[in-house]
Amino acid sequence: MSAELFREMTQSILDGDDEVSVELAKKALSAGIDSLTIITDGYMPGVKEVGDAFACGDAFLPELVMAGEAMKAAVAVLEPTMKASGQARKILGKVVLATVEGDIHEIGKSLVGTMLTSSGFEVYDLGVDVPTADLLAKVEEVDADILGLSALLTTTMIKQKEVIDEIAKRGLKVMVMVGGAPVTEEWVQRIEADGYSEDAVGAVEIAKKLVGAK
Amino acid sequence: MQPKIELLTQDLIDRIMDEAFQLMMKPGIKVQYKEARELLASAGCEIDEENEVVRIPESVARKALERVPSEFILYDRAGNPTITYGGDKVHFDPGSSGVSVLDPETLEHKPADTSDLVRIIKVVEMLPQYDAQSTAVVCNEVPKEIGDFYRLYLILLHSQKPIVTGAFSNDTLDTMIDMLAIFAGGRDALAEKPQAIFDVCPSPPLIWSKFGAGNLIKLARAGVPAEMISMPLAGAASPVTLLGSVVQHTAESLSGITIHQLAKAGSPIVWGGAPAIFDMRKGSTPMGAIETAMIDTAYAQVAKSLNIPTHCYLGATESKIVDAQAGLESGMSALVGALAGINMISGAGMLDFLACHSPEKLTIDAEAIGMAKRMLEGIQARTETLATAMFEGINFKGDFLKQRTTRELFSEEQYLPSEVIDRDSIRGWQQSGRMDTFDRAKIRTQQLLDKYERPSIDADKEKELVSMMEKLAKEAGMNKLPAFE
Ligand code: B12
Repeated sequence: MSAELFREMTQSILDGDDEVSVELAKKALSAGIDSLTIITDGYMPGVKEVGDAFACGDAFLPELVMAGEAMKAAVAVLEPTMKASGQARKILGKVVLATVEGDIHEIGKSLVGTMLTSSGFEVYDLGVDVPTADLLAKVEEVDADILGLSALLTTTMIKQKEVIDEIAKRGLKVMVMVGGAPVTEEWVQRIEADGYSEDAVGAVEIAKKLVGAK
Repeated sequence: MQPKIELLTQDLIDRIMDEAFQLMMKPGIKVQYKEARELLASAGCEIDEENEVVRIPESVARKALERVPSEFILYDRAGNPTITYGGDKVHFDPGSSGVSVLDPETLEHKPADTSDLVRIIKVVEMLPQYDAQSTAVVCNEVPKEIGDFYRLYLILLHSQKPIVTGAFSNDTLDTMIDMLAIFAGGRDALAEKPQAIFDVCPSPPLIWSKFGAGNLIKLARAGVPAEMISMPLAGAASPVTLLGSVVQHTAESLSGITIHQLAKAGSPIVWGGAPAIFDMRKGSTPMGAIETAMIDTAYAQVAKSLNIPTHCYLGATESKIVDAQAGLESGMSALVGALAGINMISGAGMLDFLACHSPEKLTIDAEAIGMAKRMLEGIQARTETLATAMFEGINFKGDFLKQRTTRELFSEEQYLPSEVIDRDSIRGWQQSGRMDTFDRAKIRTQQLLDKYERPSIDADKEKELVSMMEKLAKEAGMNKLPAFE
């Protein structure tokens, strides 16, 4: 019975159908199935399948993004019971993500956020044009493992350095990864960032490396 | 007859306008700049101050549209009228604001510096296919705070051509206008005979940021032409359908014009853009995609129905090197833009989603532009009879080479490409070193650089510009400006 249900859950992720994924989550809960098991055996296989297909070029961004949304919606239903029973979904790490102050380029940063979320990170996306102080406040508030900084302009790249300098000054232990069109290997070394990538797929690899996940 | 492509029926244009006006009321336009909201409020727009959302009624936008000049002129440094924005006139300039350049030997994308920008400016100055200069790359070795106007400074020292440029902040716009004013003979004279046009971007979807709206207002008041660069990215920052993206483009442009004309009625403004489709495999924004060119063609048609000058971003490629993909995307899209009758087509020379520039690519793209411009001249009746007179004495022999008419007219009928284009025999090609297009472009680029001579520039003005630049650089912590070579 639950095997059939899990298959339907996987399918709802593949279909990117958040209505169905939510319905199924409720159904499973009332059948008394454990929340964590629902996520691991029901929804995760779907996320993984879409992710793998995307990596091979067989699935496309709309499918990936909608799978993520369907997953998110289902997890929202399950979260209260998980919390109540003291369970926590296994996450790879916490990432605070933003485009730096003075820069309003949003799309690449959001795509990185989507990919990180669907790979198992908990992402706090603060949006664009975010002042350094706000970024660090969030990092401290959620005790983030990684801070992701996007900058698409040569004029705003310096903010990445400002943030890193401020982290050093305050002695925070968060790791910083950076990205955006003008960011180069050389720049990354100069500002002593912990990692960088030219695209969202690479961003996930770097994030995993930073938190020591394989 | 100038050949032309159109993608929209009148009925579709009407529907695009109608839905754009609907969007401007619901959800409205987000205007993140108080002064702009106040201007709009004074014209009768409803403002949701808390959310910074403005509802712009059709009547308010229509009134602004009536005041937009349907034509204006850009001047060269000597004050000669050179570029007319308006109607179906077509001009080309290189892409702007690249961050890197393609090293022609190692094929690495290396951060651009002063010597790279100077090389680009010189090549563009030498190639007649380019009607304007553009602030093509940002120089990596100068402090970031002065990056945008430093580019303009280099152009002013090395070129006579009109300039397509843009500021990276509200404050630096004033500096850039002041730099131009030195050469025009003051700010009023600059407004009278503008030598540059400034790109200003709304943020998709339906947002005018403080930065964008602020610069629209500043430009309007300075009387310096503004070029709106609306960038729907179909499927990511705008609807996935090409028409849906054109509607968004229309709403962003109409609201921009409304703000601009309320700041100063009659100031010149251009209906431009850099839209792209969104690649669903790579999550990128291909400028060389045919659908990208189709969005440009369609919005240009909307602008033309309103009698407003046009601009677009075509002639660029996503390829990382100057290869076959670079050639086909750049050439095809440049031709489509030309056939759409777009007044200024920016993008030549660029690779990798407008991030990387290449002087060698500029020399190749110049040939595509030369061919596109030839196409625009169309087929003309240059002789009294179309053919019969030329058959006199021919007597079934292929002897047209001997005719005086051939000698007189061939250079009008044919665009004469440079050595970058290979039309040699296989023997000739082998003998001259079996070179491909890129190799030939490298040679031609070097020849152009060798032949370049700096235009004569009024010594006092040059001195004023240099001391202004030195002062600003010093303030940003740079005590000595980089050498040019
Ligand atoms: C779309 C766009 C805009 C839109 C943004 C819309 C939005 N809602 O986001 C708008 C119109 C607002 C805009 C405005 C401007 N833009 Co713009 N823009 C672009 C463009 C064409 C595409 C960017 C994009 O979305 N790409 C698609 C996404 C998916 O890719 P991405 O952003 O690169 O992100 C990927 C990677 O970089 C990486 N990544 C990104 N962030 C992060 C973070 C981390 C932690 C990691 C690991 C990885 C990572 O992964 C992402 C996914 O694969 C680029 C061209 C380019 N080559 O980047 C110019 C570009 C960045 N813009 C440019 C300029 C000049 C401007 C303006 C100054 C123009 C002007 N004069 O008004 C303004 C600045 C506004 C401001 N203050 O920020 C220049 C920058 C030049 C420079 N030397 O700095 C570029 C390079 C284009 C050009 N040559 O002119 N722009």
